[in-house]
Amino acid sequence: MERIEAIKTIVDQLNDELIICNIGFPSRELYSVKDSPNYFYMLGSMGMASSIGLGLAMAQKRKVVVFDGDGSVLMNLGGLVTAYNLAPQNLVLVVIDNECYGSTGSQCTYTRTVDLKKVANAIGFKNSFKFSINDIIEFEKILKTTGPVFVHIKVKPGNANVPIIDMAPEEIINRFMKEIKTI
Amino acid sequence: MESTQSVYNGLKDAGINFIVSIPCVNLGKLLEIIDLDNEIIHVPVTREEEGFGIAAGAYMGGMKPAILMQNSGLGNSVNVLASLYNLYKIPILMIMSHRGTKGEFMDAQVPMGNATPLILDALNITYFNPSKEDAQYIIKKSWDIAKSKGVPVGILLEITFW
Repeated sequence: MERIEAIKTIVDQLNDELIICNIGFPSRELYSVKDSPNYFYMLGSMGMASSIGLGLAMAQKRKVVVFDGDGSVLMNLGGLVTAYNLAPQNLVLVVIDNECYGSTGSQCTYTRTVDLKKVANAIGFKNSFKFSINDIIEFEKILKTTGPVFVHIKVKPGNANVPIIDMAPEEIINRFMKEIKTI
Repeated sequence: MESTQSVYNGLKDAGINFIVSIPCVNLGKLLEIIDLDNEIIHVPVTREEEGFGIAAGAYMGGMKPAILMQNSGLGNSVNVLASLYNLYKIPILMIMSHRGTKGEFMDAQVPMGNATPLILDALNITYFNPSKEDAQYIIKKSWDIAKSKGVPVGILLEITFW
């Protein structure tokens, strides 16, 4: 299983959840699998997806699912500490871990030797799930779990051949905020 | 008016209801007051950049956000300000204790103190240097600018402010 298959499997099991999606190929792959006003494509600010998701989960009641990556989580490990302490029940952090910086040429990250689920558990996350490369991702069960939830999905490196997102940043955020009814 | 109170009054006049923070010794009293205010969600964070991320999400969820930090935190936040706030036109009030300014007792604060206005200029961020007499008015006005233009606006509180 590569990243895009994990994304597709999860998206097929979602209803009206809000998604904050990580920079680079993760957003492009999500956009090609399915586009929705419920999705915020983060086009810059690497490392910030989990933090944006935390703030959004605290500000309103709908469930928030963050698609993050191993390189991005390593850039903002402190964000996990904050998310655990603020503990919004409507937050699901999904880390799709291919053990590399996929969007820049698949240079290795340190998650081959550091287990991000163990990191999350050490911080204190009580509800956490791990899926290996060949596991079936049962996401409906995760959506019924009280947050904050940490989901660690191992995938093979590789980016799908998908185009860049042809929406302007303002179009992305305005559509998203109209969906949440905050503008 | 007392300096901390004038900043707090400005935040209240602006309707700020979501604050992320990293402490500075000069912001200590303000952080205590905010913690007692049930109308404001206060989120202490581990790094200023992360705070900007959380505040952006809160804005999307309908909140009016501010960050309280030392000016050193601006250096930790350059990319998020450019590639999240500038890119998507997200407003926020940046209340910064500006160390390394006139009266600084610690030499180590001076280089970042000098760089701070230059970094704000490079990011094209509007900022003000209020006194305690006009801080309340300027902070309220700054949020109006931030909201109408979809930009971060900086408030630099120099050492002499306190």
